[in-house]
Amino acid sequence: MTDIGIVSYGGSIPRLRIKAEELADVWGKDGTRIAKGLGIAEKSVPSIDQDTATISVEAARNALKRCHINPQDIGSIYIGSESHPYAVKPTGTIVGEAIGATPDLMVADYEFACKAGTAGVQNCFSNVKAGLIKYGLAIGADTAQAAPGDALEFSAAAGGAAFIIGNEKVIAAINHTYSYATDTPDFWRRAEQKYPRHGGRFTGEPAYFKHVTNASKNLMEKAKTTPKDYDYAVFHQPNAKFPLKEAKILGFTKEQIKPGLKVSYIGNTYSGASLVGLAGVLDIAKPGDRILMTSYGSGAGSDSFDITVTDEISKYERDKAPLIDDMINDKEYISYGVYAKYTDLLYWE
Amino acid sequence: MPKDVPRFWREIQQRYNMKGNKCGSCDRVYFPPRESCPYCRRESMGKMEKIKLSGKGEIITYTIIHVGPEEFEEQVPYPVAIIQLEEGPKITAQIVDCKIDELKIGMKVESEFRKIQQDGSTGAIYYGYKFKPVE
Repeated sequence: MTDIGIVSYGGSIPRLRIKAEELADVWGKDGTRIAKGLGIAEKSVPSIDQDTATISVEAARNALKRCHINPQDIGSIYIGSESHPYAVKPTGTIVGEAIGATPDLMVADYEFACKAGTAGVQNCFSNVKAGLIKYGLAIGADTAQAAPGDALEFSAAAGGAAFIIGNEKVIAAINHTYSYATDTPDFWRRAEQKYPRHGGRFTGEPAYFKHVTNASKNLMEKAKTTPKDYDYAVFHQPNAKFPLKEAKILGFTKEQIKPGLKVSYIGNTYSGASLVGLAGVLDIAKPGDRILMTSYGSGAGSDSFDITVTDEISKYERDKAPLIDDMINDKEYISYGVYAKYTDLLYWE
Repeated sequence: MPKDVPRFWREIQQRYNMKGNKCGSCDRVYFPPRESCPYCRRESMGKMEKIKLSGKGEIITYTIIHVGPEEFEEQVPYPVAIIQLEEGPKITAQIVDCKIDELKIGMKVESEFRKIQQDGSTGAIYYGYKFKPVE
């Protein structure tokens, strides 16, 4: 059977950062304690001229730099985000035009809280499997919003990753994928509202843990695998605490989780979070490595993937674009005042 | 004031992908693309070939804008540079991801996709190229 999976990938993380202490000082909270509690010391912040479209374009261009495919062979582009720049008008057409993939193209913007990007990967996978397209481009990217003073302000970050899915020169085969979804109101943003609302502690057990656990377990049952069969596991990372607890629930070790856990350095990139984690793992992966990735989107659902890295990764030109850790290390700190201006917290006429 | 959406749309290939053109007679490269080559004139008619520029170049000179136009007020102070592209053309663009005191003439830069401006909070968003230092 021909492998279907990841042909290339690329990330994009804005270089501005704000420290938890800086945020905490403004609101009279203990930054060190919060940073320790969430496991997030600092988060990435979009510059005034960066949004989900620019992050998506840069991630897609990085993916294209690492392979030799003709952008005209990309038959579908799906972009998952909860911060598409337009409510009506797709981000996908902007990306399609900016990478030279238009006009013979299926395009849609997806929205499913933080798992819309992995839903895009599944749809590209299905299109390739059905023989409808040669390559599909799936992107998860966000410039996450948080109301000033809300607990989310310590985690809501910006970044994304792009994955080209196909069946030629596959560097990481997607062996199985499985999704688990229920109606669970743990986090939402109503139409035309600027900031999301969340159910506080309710976002844990009945939401994140239930969905990630069931999706991962059922996927492993389908793939006939156990946690021991995997070299790496990547879970959605709204903070560093949740994925580490999830690892324990499922029986994964810290060593399997750590390489894909990028939230501590950049915050929660929402639709980008699990995909940036996967990109970080692919940055160091060797042929034969097996990866389990499970995303989580509030509302709620999880997409789980069983992935095997192929021999093709030895020939893959990873160094043609920056690695996730390169982007994490390239940073410039800003104050809360600059953060407020850049993230549109200030209003004036 | 609403911007000219059709004009922006006509320039998308230039702004997103740095599509210029090359004179088939003397090989000079133009960006933005020209209808004909001002050196070869009639000789170049029908021979202007579309090309995609690499987006790589070098800062020839720069200035720091302290009093920006209305849509750019929030970004001041910001650098605007004249960049000589690898293929020859010189263009004007904003420099990003670089502290002002680290800017240098001769610095190698490459293009990045950024938001240029928008028609307020309800209008269209205009994307295009800016440049950042190459590490």
